[in-house]
Amino acid sequence: MSESLFRISPGFEEVMPVEYRELVTNGPCGREVGVSDLGTFKELIEEHPLCAGCNMGLALRLILASLPKPEDTVIVGSTGCSSLAFTQVAVHNIHSLFGNQNAVASGLKRALRLRFPDKVKDVVVIAGDGATVDIGLDMVMQSWFRRERITTIMLDNEVYANTGGQESGMSPQGTVLNMAPLGKRFPKVALPEIAREAGCAYVATISPAQPKRLERMVRRAILTAREVGPTYVQIFCPCPTNFKFRPNEGLQKIKQRQKEGTFQVREYVSPEAQAFLAELEGADHEK
Amino acid sequence: MTASEYRVLPGPEGYLPPAAACMGVMLPEPGEALVEGKIVPEEDALQKIAEKLLAARNPVFFPGPLVLWAWREGVAEKAKAVVELVEAAGARIIPMPDYRPKYPMINPAVEINPNHPNLTIWHNRIDVGVFVGVHCHYANVALKIIRGGTDCYTIALCGEMGHEDAMITLRDVDAAKLRRLTEVVKTRAQARPARAAGAHERR
Ligand SMILES: Cc1ncc(C[n+]2csc(CCOP(=O)(O)OP(=O)(O)O)c2C)c(N)n1
Ligand code: SF4
Ligand SMILES: [Mg+2]
Repeated sequence: MSESLFRISPGFEEVMPVEYRELVTNGPCGREVGVSDLGTFKELIEEHPLCAGCNMGLALRLILASLPKPEDTVIVGSTGCSSLAFTQVAVHNIHSLFGNQNAVASGLKRALRLRFPDKVKDVVVIAGDGATVDIGLDMVMQSWFRRERITTIMLDNEVYANTGGQESGMSPQGTVLNMAPLGKRFPKVALPEIAREAGCAYVATISPAQPKRLERMVRRAILTAREVGPTYVQIFCPCPTNFKFRPNEGLQKIKQRQKEGTFQVREYVSPEAQAFLAELEGADHEK
Repeated sequence: MTASEYRVLPGPEGYLPPAAACMGVMLPEPGEALVEGKIVPEEDALQKIAEKLLAARNPVFFPGPLVLWAWREGVAEKAKAVVELVEAAGARIIPMPDYRPKYPMINPAVEINPNHPNLTIWHNRIDVGVFVGVHCHYANVALKIIRGGTDCYTIALCGEMGHEDAMITLRDVDAAKLRRLTEVVKTRAQARPARAAGAHERR
């Protein structure tokens, strides 16, 4: 981490817990590091209380390693399993009332634009499927209709995991859960399509089984939100605890669903976002 | 305005101690300070802080983000003044680098967190704790939790208007005021050689 960004006051270096010292000397801020460099720098999350084999924990780790500018990023989360991990994340983050996350993020983005007119601040919503597609859908869609310059990332484990296993809009038809014993009667909501129609400039679906693609999509989404409009990334992260598979079987489950065609990696880029990204990535290429 | 009867004293006061403000404790005016809920001249509070620090078995300073991180000009000078005060008092430092409600646990041996400050106080058996450079809202939460669950004597060296939830609070604390407090501590320490700097019991 660039020491010009964060400095410990003289006299306190030795008493600062080692994790903070490492964030200053070897963190990702102010540096060009990403998913391929994991293991070589101090990560923005290292400990969390999520279950063994939780794919959401893995997704979160990858998302945080993909942020283009963590020092100028504010994450807005919502209640759910991920909120337990956010207490350990070394990026500014706000825990909003369940479902309100996109409304909070909209206000925050506007306020930051007024407060820091010369700086770009990335506002990224990271919330569960229940928070995004059910209880918060109103706030999510209204933020897209208003073309708020924010990125929405859904951690799609296809269940209300944190409350013990109720079906969500994202659970596939027929899903049987602890608290949905008869099986879900309706299909999975097509939120990526809805996002596109509602005005998102960039929409992608991915899983932590493909870390490099996930990184590229998260970066594209955040960069597009800076300049073009709202963006949406849906990350499939199956939950071993509620779907009752072993902690080491997560990636296998994702691959199996891909084979069945019930989970697909997809990307939609609006023409405006395409032009923007072509210019940006072309410039990057030339560097 | 009638003076409050409520005294801000070491706990444990119970699971939910009232906010001192709700009990009628008012913040001091410039030049004044609060000692255990009563408004006193600032000079009296400086003496009382020195007395508490020097009599303590295990006094610990809890610098917060406002002074730990050199985030703007002037912070380094204040940080230096804090370190000098700590040394004069023969105290230790346990930092509060940020306010993340780290879950499930913090490491209480090396840090203090405003959301469960009692863990650090219990773990290290701290009998006098000094807040400096902690944002108001988190200082108040932490001070109330400490009063609720521990018998630690709390002192807040506040850069703004003071913290009525601490047992002693100064207000408008800058580097100069910290240096003045250090002088008071040194003078009192010299008068009591047995309790001179560094003479505290360590564990
Ligand atoms: C306003 C409000 N309504 C309901 C709840 C209860 N609640 C807590 S977590 C949760 C489910 C979260 O599901 P999801 O968003 O999919 O996150 P997951 O736990 O699966 O990661 C619910 C309904 C709450 N905390 N607040
Ligand atoms: S219940 Fe599921 S989603 Fe929640 S932490 Fe455990 S494995 Fe992860
Ligand atoms: Mg969920």
